Amino acid sequence: MDTESTYSGYSYYSGRSRGSHRHGERSRDRHKTRSKDSRSEKSVTINTPPAEPLLGDSAVRGEQVQDDNWGETTTAVTGTSEHSLSQEDIVRITKDLEDSVGLDCRRYFTLALAVILGLLVFLTPLAFLVLPHLLWPEKLQSCGTACEGLFISVAFKLLILLLAVWALFFRPRRAGLPRVFVFRALLAVLVLLFVVSYWLFYGVRILDSQDENYQGIVQYAVSLVDALLFIHYLAIVLLELRQLQPCFSVCVTRSTDGEIRHYNLGQLSIQRAALAILEHYYCDFPVSNPALLSASKSRAAKHLAGLKVYNVDDAFRAKLKAYLLDSPGNNAAAGLVHSQSRAMIAAAARRRDTSHNELYYEEAEHERRVRKRKARLVVAVEEAFTHIKRMQEEEQKKAPGDVMDPREAAQAIFPSMARALQKYLRTTKQQHCHSMESIQQHLAFCITNNMTPKAFLESYLTPGPTLQYSRDHWRARQWTLISEASVTSGLKDGSVFLLRCVDFSLVVTTKKIPYIQMSEEYIDPKSHKFVLRLQSETSV
Amino acid sequence: MSFVPGQPLTAVVQRIQIQKLRQGENLILGFSIGGGIDQDPGQNPFSDDKTDKGIYVTRITPGGPANAAGLRMGDKLMQVNGWDMTMVTHDQARKRLTKKNEDVVRLLVTRKSLEEAVKQSMGCFPRQ
Repeated sequence: MDTESTYSGYSYYSGRSRGSHRHGERSRDRHKTRSKDSRSEKSVTINTPPAEPLLGDSAVRGEQVQDDNWGETTTAVTGTSEHSLSQEDIVRITKDLEDSVGLDCRRYFTLALAVILGLLVFLTPLAFLVLPHLLWPEKLQSCGTACEGLFISVAFKLLILLLAVWALFFRPRRAGLPRVFVFRALLAVLVLLFVVSYWLFYGVRILDSQDENYQGIVQYAVSLVDALLFIHYLAIVLLELRQLQPCFSVCVTRSTDGEIRHYNLGQLSIQRAALAILEHYYCDFPVSNPALLSASKSRAAKHLAGLKVYNVDDAFRAKLKAYLLDSPGNNAAAGLVHSQSRAMIAAAARRRDTSHNELYYEEAEHERRVRKRKARLVVAVEEAFTHIKRMQEEEQKKAPGDVMDPREAAQAIFPSMARALQKYLRTTKQQHCHSMESIQQHLAFCITNNMTPKAFLESYLTPGPTLQYSRDHWRARQWTLISEASVTSGLKDGSVFLLRCVDFSLVVTTKKIPYIQMSEEYIDPKSHKFVLRLQSETSV
Repeated sequence: MSFVPGQPLTAVVQRIQIQKLRQGENLILGFSIGGGIDQDPGQNPFSDDKTDKGIYVTRITPGGPANAAGLRMGDKLMQVNGWDMTMVTHDQARKRLTKKNEDVVRLLVTRKSLEEAVKQSMGCFPRQ
């Protein structure tokens, strides 16, 4: 919705007063940015201008433009120019400059249109009230009590509208989606039409005829603000409430190691569903570890090495057929060619008989090795933790001897467990996910919070969700949505789409939650009666 | 009529032959049975031994074929058409009696008065 972009002007004021840069405008942009970096809290949202859908469906897919902090810069550019960038802004921008590709003019354009629409919408009621005083003040009836009461009503409704729009739209931008957000575009169009029709009516019936009934004009302005509040209600329902009721169950599979999760989604368009799934991905899926796949890759390589692949191109096949056709039986030729490939596969299959054996023993051996290393690690860590003791308050005052803060304590006990931990991480192929620095930090953290050695170790024993690791290890930064259906169309039963990043892809399939037909049956509480089974008597 | 489990049972029986009466599409005999190895023998009013799980006649419809043939209330059925009735479930007993392709059932029943009658007759003529 674009009413809120008006408040962008005011938000800058409020932003300055609060010193926070989190208020931007929500974007309904048509940009193809699928970068996950844009989901940092620094991102700002914009509104797509309502004119965009009228300009035609020229959204381009696949472009990897991403711009994290254009918001910060544009607030300086398009906001009222009293505000300058604070030092924080500059630092943040330069820090993220490595991620941002460049400021896109289209975003400026959409933001500008959104701001214009917002200003138009917000200032319209005020204009309705003020213009008669400016243009025909002498003819105007004086404002009586009821009319002045309506002034208060307008003021408070505008304030409520401002707060509501701030709550709904002034949230940090979560992502850049490839296509325009259809509902928001429609809402912007609706608001624009609405305001234009009000202006038309006002211009024709009030300005031209120079109506003296000021109370009527004030009531007209109040009705405008009421209708704007209702449009905001419509915005809440369309943008937020409609997708809350779960309608589909989606199954998300990671292509490399087969991790599967199931989520319930409501009625969303494919791109918004993809966004929701990706947000869940970062919280639920264990971090992708390509080192774990090397075993199966080497096995596959061994299978291929066992196969002797003959290059059966057309020339060879023709020669073979010609040769075989000389001998009796035409169908024998084709059959022979097929049987040759069958023979190849059969030979390879016989070789494969032993590889399952190898796999079994290798896995058993690996399991044993991991458990041994884990045992050594647990013992080492427990022993290390016994070396330090938390000092009590009284002792702190008394003995200023060898007192350490958590970081120093961590550094002191780390060497005794470092070797065991490193060996364990190497065995479970996790060594690239954790650096020495991060391990020491985690150790200091655990010591500060009185955690047991087991609590310290848990984060190394099982791979956690992707978010818990530092950004360099995510291996999932830029996403491409691949779908046969249009990404602004809604989810349907059986729709399939892919979310691809550089190393792997997430395959998403949808199933509809079935329609449930329930009937009722009334049981009278007095109808629960029982008899003892004595002797049943049957008449014959 | 007490029995010892595992030992053969001896009883004085009376042979009764009942002709089934056709009523509509059913063939009825005109009495009701109770008991069976799946029933509670303690509730049986007709048995002497309250652990006896045999099939007993609990009711006779007056004027029915069973009444005419001489069946009395409290009789214990020992055999029906050659099938044993001392160790059957209630439902099995019902099935044996209500076979649709049989017109006639030949029962072997026992009752206490029979035993006494035999004793009396043997006592009257002790040396015969």
